[in-house]
Formats: sequence, structure tokens, C-alpha cells
Amino acid sequence: MFGNGQELLAFCQKENISISDAMIRRECDLFETTADEVQQCMLRQWQVMESSVEDALSKNLTSMGGLIGGEAKKLMKRQKEGTSVCGDITAKAVAYSMGVLEVNASMGVIVAAPTAGSSGILPGTLKALQEKYHWNDSQMTDALFCASAIGLIISEKATVAGAEGGCQAETGSAAAMTAAAICELMGATPEISLHAAAICLKNVMGQVCDPIAGLVEAPCQKRNGIGAANALISAEMALAGIPSLIPFDEVVEAMGHVGRSLPESLRETALGGVAATPTGCAYKDKLRQKI
Amino acid sequence: MKRISAFQVMGPVMIGPSSSHTAGALRIAQIAAHILKEPADEVIFYLYGSFAETYQGHGTDRALLAGMMGYPTDHPDIRNAYDIAREQQLKYQFIPATLKEGMHPNTVSIEVVGSSGKKLSLTGASIGGGEVIVNVINGIDVAFTGEYPTLIVQQQDRPGVAAHITSILASAGVNIGTIRMYRESRSNRAFTILETDEKLSSDLVDRILENKNIYDVFMIN
Repeated sequence: MFGNGQELLAFCQKENISISDAMIRRECDLFETTADEVQQCMLRQWQVMESSVEDALSKNLTSMGGLIGGEAKKLMKRQKEGTSVCGDITAKAVAYSMGVLEVNASMGVIVAAPTAGSSGILPGTLKALQEKYHWNDSQMTDALFCASAIGLIISEKATVAGAEGGCQAETGSAAAMTAAAICELMGATPEISLHAAAICLKNVMGQVCDPIAGLVEAPCQKRNGIGAANALISAEMALAGIPSLIPFDEVVEAMGHVGRSLPESLRETALGGVAATPTGCAYKDKLRQKI
Repeated sequence: MKRISAFQVMGPVMIGPSSSHTAGALRIAQIAAHILKEPADEVIFYLYGSFAETYQGHGTDRALLAGMMGYPTDHPDIRNAYDIAREQQLKYQFIPATLKEGMHPNTVSIEVVGSSGKKLSLTGASIGGGEVIVNVINGIDVAFTGEYPTLIVQQQDRPGVAAHITSILASAGVNIGTIRMYRESRSNRAFTILETDEKLSSDLVDRILENKNIYDVFMIN
């Protein structure tokens, strides 16, 4: 049906449908199921995402490694006091996204979107926007299908795994998926969604995966916060009619190529980047002593 | 090429923090629990590579215990697996070990004794995204993922055993996706492992066991 962005656009234009509709049709065709059934399944994913945001804001979470915890609440305090320098939506999106990473790191329930290490960006950003625009469940479910189409193409043409492509492949892909979904929710064309996704990936091209002590905590959590902002700002650019000069498919290919060029030390092994700094190593040693 | 579903991109629903170190680890232990077919009394987990290095920070230990007790990968109580294991009087031990040559960096060897005294050893690797591969059962090299309904037949290596199994599956309308036999040496102990398109019903196990060269049958649905 479609294997890249160009084919996806052509399909949407030919059938006069949205990216989410195209993804739902693909799912029905390939896996012999009905639109109703897959929409029900996706609604469940959205509900788990919503609870992960709620858990982040209501529970006292301690991460298994002890490197993170409480960040979402700190950010929400500033947002509530009206002192945020980001503005309401961005402040909330960043707080929620980082909060979901706290849930993840404390063995809470999350939706890998597309991975556990990047699981904050989609729910955090979409929830923050939903609170302003009051989209209903079915619109949120569609948004997740639109995001899946982007994630699917990146998975097939490059990678969404940090061990293969660095953080650009994880939080970069999550942000790209989110940005495309935001554009569709705002009523933009499939083409604009692809521009937004391309802009997102370009903004973090080359970002390495260097988890301190090898854990999905830091700098992962902050990069989820930045990923939320990346998604919002990239969507804003695309919605304003600013295109990505390089088409989505070429950006994806470039991202995959950059990922493969990264040395192994910068692909989730915790042997390079901030993980290999004296302080990064000290955290690792401290955690080892606990074992 | 395997076609990726929307729910592999937007999913799985899992407990954190890591699909390979937490969800994957749990699935390996879950497969061991399925094969054991009875509650575990005592279990030792030998952790290799990255599992040995980071198991506490990733909750790999809790996930393994939870898998052994039959919890699914999205259960919120996995975090409390230590307390639950103590309540169930499951004795456990985690032993970090040195990675052996050719081993995947996220490998665990499980040695478990069931409530009837039955013993099982199983080695598996978590190969990313929560997917796993089982490499060794009771000292025999095997290779299966548990992703599809799987039938594991422990048998004597004799003529006609495979024909016996496939004819029962055929009569039950079960289509076989893959079938492979793994054996220690000729005319000795062996495993036949079948992956099927349809879910397997438990009455198939009794019918397969009717062959005198078959010792045991395990199912993973």
C-alpha cells in the first residue's frame, strides 16, 4: 500500500483520505481485521498513555536506578504559578513527557511509542494539546494512527532503535511521529504532516544515545522533554507553511545513514558521550556498589 | 519481509523501563514457567552481559521473578515481584556471570525446580523490542521465539515420531508454520519444536503423549 512517504502521500491524495485513514486501511488489509477492531485497540493504547501522564503527576515515583524522579512536578509547579518561560502548552507538554519517563523508570505501565526510552513524547505532547483543543477520544485515536504511519516508515527505511541509530532514532522518531499527528489534528494536509516530521528529524540529526550507567533515565528523560518541544515547534513551522527543503524520505534515509555511521560507543552501550564523563562514570560506580 | 503492524510501532503496552531488559527478560522466564507446567519452588537466574551489568537499574531481576510467577509484561505488580515471591515462598537467587563466547549480550540462564521436584534449565536472550529467543533447554540447543503458538515435544529420537505429531495436528486442523528437530546425538534425547498458525488446545497434548517415544509436551500459546 505504501512503503515510504511519497507513496503514502500519493495514496492519501488518490483516495482523498488522511494519513490516519491510510494507516487504518493498511492495518485492515495486512492483518485481516476491521477498522472498528483496530480503532478499539488503538483507543486502549491512548487510554494507557493518558494514565501514564496521570500517574506521573499524581504519584511519588522513584526510578529503579535513582537518577531521576519528581521532575514533572517541579515543572508543573512553575506552569501553575504562571512563571513558565515556555508558555502553557509547551510547559505542560515538556512536564508530561518527562513525567512519563519517570513512570517508565519506576516500572510503571507505559506504551512504547515507538520505544520505552522515547515513550514520553507522544502522550505528553498530545495530552497537553488536547487540554487546550478538547479533541475527543476518536480524534486522539486517529492521531496515534497518523503517528504510527510515520514510525512505520522510519522503522522500515531506517531504525527507531537507539542501539542501531542513537537517540535521534528514538526520541527523534517519537518527535517526528508526534509532529505529524499534531498537524493532522489541526486539520492540515498529509503533506504538511510529512514536512513537520522531516523538520523534527533534521533538528536532532546525529544525536547520540549515551545513557548514564546504561539506564533508561538520564539524559533520556530530558531528551523526551526536548523532543516534546521539538514536535511542537516543528509542527508550528509546517503549519505556518514553512516546508522542509529536504523531503521526508530523504531525511529518513540520511538519519539511518548517520545512525549507522555512529561508533558503537554512542549507540546505547553507555561507553561514550555523557555516560563516559567522570561524573557519568561515578554514577555508574555508585549504582554498581548497590548491587 | 515481516510486515510491521501499527501496534508494534505504537506499542507494546509494557512496564518500563526497557523493552529488552525488562519486558524481554520477563518473557524468557514466562516461557520457562510454561514449560515447567507447575509452580516453581526454587529458581536460580544466571545473568550475562548487559543483564549482569544493569539488572537492578532496569528491574531485570523483578521482571524475571514476575515472569516465573506467570505475570504478563504489562502488569503493574511486577515492581513488587520480590514481595510476591516471598509470599509465594519461591526461593530465588541472581548470579551475575561472565558472558560466554557467541552469547547475545542480554542472556539469562534459568535453573528451576518445580513443586513436584521437576527440574528445568533454559537459556534465552532478549534480542530487542521485547522479542526473545530461547537457545537451550535442558542442555539441548534449540531456537524458537515464543512469538507464535509453539509446541515443544521432548522425545526419544526414533522413526515415526514427527509423523505422529503432524498427523494429530492435521486432524485438529492446525497448520504448521515451522517444524524443526533438535537432538543430542542419533537415537538419543531430542526436541521437536513446531510453530503453528492456530492456537493450540490442551487436549492435543494428551493425544501427542500417546506415542511411547514421547516423554513430554509443552505448549506456548
